[in-house]
Amino acid sequence: MAAKKRTDGKHLPGDAALRRELLHTMLLQRRFEEKVGEAYALGKIGGFCHLYIGQEGVSTGVISMLRPDDYIITTYRDHGQALARGMTPRSIMAELFGRVDGCSRGKGGSMHLFDRNLNFLGGHGIVGGHVPIAAGVGFAIKYRGGDQVIACFMGESVVNTGAFHEALNMAALWKLPCLFIIENNKYGMGTAVERAAAIKDLSRRSDAYDGMHGEYVDGQDVFAVRESMERSLETARRESKPVLLEIRTYRYMGHSMSDAVSGTYRTKAELDEYLKRDPINLLKARMYEAGDLTESDFAAMEQEIKTICQDAWDFADASPEPSIEALHEDVLVDTTS
Amino acid sequence: MPIITYREALNQALREEMQRDDRVFLMGEEVAVYNGAYKVSKGLLEEFGEMRVVDTPITELGFAGVGVGAAMVGLRPVVEFMTWNFALLAIDQIVNAAAKMLYMSGGQYPMPMVFRGPNGAALQLSAQHSQAFESWLAHIPGLKVVTPGTPYDAKGLLKAAIRDDNPVIVLEGEMLYNTKGEVPTEDYIVPIGKADLKREGDHCSIITSGKMVLVAMNAADQLAKEGIRVDVVDLRTVRPMDREAIVASVRKTNRAVVLEEGWELAGIGAQIVDYIQRDCFDDLDAPVIRVHQTDVPMPYAKAIEKAAKPDLAKTIAAVKKVMYLN
Repeated sequence: MAAKKRTDGKHLPGDAALRRELLHTMLLQRRFEEKVGEAYALGKIGGFCHLYIGQEGVSTGVISMLRPDDYIITTYRDHGQALARGMTPRSIMAELFGRVDGCSRGKGGSMHLFDRNLNFLGGHGIVGGHVPIAAGVGFAIKYRGGDQVIACFMGESVVNTGAFHEALNMAALWKLPCLFIIENNKYGMGTAVERAAAIKDLSRRSDAYDGMHGEYVDGQDVFAVRESMERSLETARRESKPVLLEIRTYRYMGHSMSDAVSGTYRTKAELDEYLKRDPINLLKARMYEAGDLTESDFAAMEQEIKTICQDAWDFADASPEPSIEALHEDVLVDTTS
Repeated sequence: MPIITYREALNQALREEMQRDDRVFLMGEEVAVYNGAYKVSKGLLEEFGEMRVVDTPITELGFAGVGVGAAMVGLRPVVEFMTWNFALLAIDQIVNAAAKMLYMSGGQYPMPMVFRGPNGAALQLSAQHSQAFESWLAHIPGLKVVTPGTPYDAKGLLKAAIRDDNPVIVLEGEMLYNTKGEVPTEDYIVPIGKADLKREGDHCSIITSGKMVLVAMNAADQLAKEGIRVDVVDLRTVRPMDREAIVASVRKTNRAVVLEEGWELAGIGAQIVDYIQRDCFDDLDAPVIRVHQTDVPMPYAKAIEKAAKPDLAKTIAAVKKVMYLN
């Protein structure tokens, strides 16, 4: 079921304040990730680190439609969703720096951001592994008779795993309030989606399960994502049925920090083509056109976000490393009582 | 005290814990309508309904993950595997998710859940259905692993596992389900991490757990007829392991046989022997001997299957060898 809806720019959805908030959230993710790249190059951040640059319309469009008591679970490319959910740049940067004030107390790192207070159930590092966990959260919601939903973000390569099929089958069978959100950025590491999946329209994977609605949407258009989410939430929350959304996007950086941005599995020309549909520039242009925003407003927003990101860096840098005692903490809950 | 089967003991534990706490639910293949492949969940669907006794598709990776997700947001799932052999399909959820969630979230997400089912060989089920997974699972920080060998321990350890706020692996024995023993009617638990001295003797220690406890007890009976008094240490839990109980027994007897169902290399017994050599070096009167499965996949044919398994004869021979009686 194709739902590639575009708004015309003349009648932008929402009010000006909401639109500014969306732009702010997206720009924060962009500038934060640029700062992360800088810190990584300086050796402040180690290990695997996957930047979200280019995909901000997906996290922002989806999460801005959720309630605070809804749940989110995602992959190792999790900085964008964490920021969109309202986790502080400080707590995320401190986690990336491996410090005690990090959201996971320096135990998780880039791939494992968690925030229990925001029902942010983590970044997970095994491709496909978190999809059954999302079904379990949906099961628990139903078990307790609640009306929350869980939004489960995943890369497009997940649709080829067994875990994906097992989870979607149970979610459809048991009518669980799960939003399975494929962020199709076209490449699983360096393997193009058409070289990995024997299906072109990934949202059609929902056809395999009776009663599961699927649709695809342009992820570079944050309003299109929100509109699709509005329908999907109706299905998940009111009818307690799972939905499969394929949100088409593009990552402007390499898979992680160690690979070239282009030149091996994709061309510079392709990258340039997608840069023309930068989700932030698209939104900004439409807001200029609608009179929501002036260039000086935008410059002020840039300045404010620059300050936030620098503050996050300074905070992370000043935060202590975990003590040696922390090594042994949180392996098990103490049950000696 | 009533005498019931190991199967009934597990059933009572599940029923009592589900009555006690409505966050506890059971899921797995054939647990509901079919009453359990081994009838451990008999009658539970009728009592608790289909939301709390959940038949799953044959999809171990998927439903183990459903358990993990439900535990993350406050339920207390009991995930049944029809056998632990099938749980290999779910090992990502057990090892990468359940065991690590608390740690990698910096303490934010406890995993109060149980993974349980029959472990080890039965009779003539051949290679893919006859494996003992104690050492695989005990290797993983973030898990607890219990191995009840008697009906009393089965009920008490399963109840303790369900009440524990950590992911607990319960390795049951297919060949134990019909065994009988005394089980009290009043509420009790068996503490996780505490061994039990099942038989007292001063000539030699047999250190074991799970299904091999019965073999060790039979060996102790036989040896007693020859005047050999054996200490039988039932670990009951293999992670965390009760090192003190092992050491106390070996310091008393000065000789040890380590009996396990799994394979030799990197087996549970290797860890036990390591504790003994570190803590009892000066107490030993003979090298420790291990009894375990032969280092081959389990065959089908009766005679060679028997030859592959650790058993009574091998255990008795090992005790005599450490006592220099042969």
